Amino acid sequence: MTEKSIIEVKNLIVQRGKVTVLDIRELSVGQGRSLSLIGPNGAGKSTLLLTLAGLLPLNKGLLLFAGKPVNDRTSLAMLRRNAAVVFQEPLLLNDTVYNNVALGLKFRHVSSGEISRSVDEVLNYFGITHLVKRSAKTLSGGEAKRVSLARAFAIKPRLILLDESFNALDPPSREAIISDLQNILEQTKITAVLALHDREDTLRLAQDVAVMSAGKIAQYGTTAQVFNHPDNEFVANFVGTESILEGIVKTVSPDGMVMVAIDGKIVEAVGRFCAGQKVYCCMRPENVTISNNIQGKISARNVFDARVNKMIRQGFLYKLILDCGFPLVAYITPPSCEDLGLKEGVRVMASFKATAVHLMKREK
Amino acid sequence: MELIVQGIIKAFELIISFDPEVLGITWLSLKISGTATFISLLIGVSTGTAVALTNFRGKKLVISLINTGMGLPPVVVGLFVTIMIWRNGPLGFLEILYTPYAMIVAQAIIATPIVMGISLAAIQNLSPNLRLQILSLGAGSLQMVWVLIKEAKLPLLAAVMAGFGGVISEVGASIMVGGNIKGYSRVLTTATVMETGKGNFDIAIALGIILLILAFLVNFLLTQIQQRQQAR
Repeated sequence: MTEKSIIEVKNLIVQRGKVTVLDIRELSVGQGRSLSLIGPNGAGKSTLLLTLAGLLPLNKGLLLFAGKPVNDRTSLAMLRRNAAVVFQEPLLLNDTVYNNVALGLKFRHVSSGEISRSVDEVLNYFGITHLVKRSAKTLSGGEAKRVSLARAFAIKPRLILLDESFNALDPPSREAIISDLQNILEQTKITAVLALHDREDTLRLAQDVAVMSAGKIAQYGTTAQVFNHPDNEFVANFVGTESILEGIVKTVSPDGMVMVAIDGKIVEAVGRFCAGQKVYCCMRPENVTISNNIQGKISARNVFDARVNKMIRQGFLYKLILDCGFPLVAYITPPSCEDLGLKEGVRVMASFKATAVHLMKREK
Repeated sequence: MELIVQGIIKAFELIISFDPEVLGITWLSLKISGTATFISLLIGVSTGTAVALTNFRGKKLVISLINTGMGLPPVVVGLFVTIMIWRNGPLGFLEILYTPYAMIVAQAIIATPIVMGISLAAIQNLSPNLRLQILSLGAGSLQMVWVLIKEAKLPLLAAVMAGFGGVISEVGASIMVGGNIKGYSRVLTTATVMETGKGNFDIAIALGIILLILAFLVNFLLTQIQQRQQAR
């Protein structure tokens, strides 16, 4: 991350009572980057967001906004004026949509003409111009969410902090809001920290991701780094690498091909390991190809004869639990499923590239 | 039964004829209880909000005390105020015993915990994140408190009604510190007590009805304000 950092924490400790809820050695979000915080409930995502917004006191450590330490009233006011938080609940006032969206600007004593222009602009952004005169209490969940987003963006913040907030919405509104938010983040190049629940939302809205666990950051990097190369089993499990298998490195070729034995089968992977090492083999379900028993047409290094043990409908896809001598999970679209005549008990070919296998060191 | 009918007829006679004495008593009741409610609002809303928004050692004890104060017996308040402003009392130099001022003080003491307790509950009842949300939009502390009070205006108006209702109908303290002096500190409740004592039930009933109408009108007005906010 070479960009100038907008928000940064160093050796941060936040305690609630005597319990340490956040313990972060270092985290820095560069100008225009969008960072997603993911992790199980209670991992400290929301607490970290509030801390970054300057709304929670630090017990130890340093918070820096635009490179300057936030340590007195002036710098705290500076941070709060430039950061906007969108909470899980819309938290709208019992007032019109207009007055709700104008709230932050009124706090800044912006002239009413200016407020009117900014509110119009941001309502337009979120496609809710028609709601301007409505009472906030009469809005649907999706509309209220849009108003709360508009209210945050109305102050033209340098930093937006967004708590996972789409879960309560019905799928179409959720999809529409995320898509709008994606556009706005891309257009405005606002620095964003998003506590998201969902891996797909993360891929759409963020370039970077930090996986949190028990108040600590388990791994931090670009989405590609973290999702494809999890540092440890916890991260791997959490980012949705469905197949995590224990194996032992058998042989390593000079060009970096690693042969890993898993339950008597050999999986080819790429990486720097030595023979005899204990490893985890991670295969993401979207990297597995399913085909009929026509051999010779598959370029992937790993081809296995597999039995379909289970088919689970998951949203728009089927999740296949395969038995290739070791368990493997794959996603497949319903049309492909039909073409291949898949049902439970059928035998298919499962293949994946050597580069799609992510190896991690295993201690035990 | 005849007594009640007579009382009602008398009440309407007194109201329609604009009897100057009854009018004076009614007006004084309204002034004293209105002023007392206003004072209790200033103290009650600000203190209630402050207690709701700050964390300190013994907060629960303070809240319990305020809630107990909501049921403060008027005669106890009357006794306390009388002792304080008695000629030889600590505040005797004010020389306000048996004046409307003493009644305002006593009624304000009765209404303040009611307003304070309801304000406190109203502010506490707002989502705890709302406060952070408002701060995160760049509000200063005063701006934040003001937005919260506006957001809680529905229960706060209920606090006004409860406070006013408590003091307009109160008699013990008023009689003790006001003395029920004709044309000076006589209010609807103290006059009702006196007329009942004298056996003038028709006038007593009339005063009672006027008191009810007064309470109704004030609450009707406040309810209008409250519900208009709600409907928008």
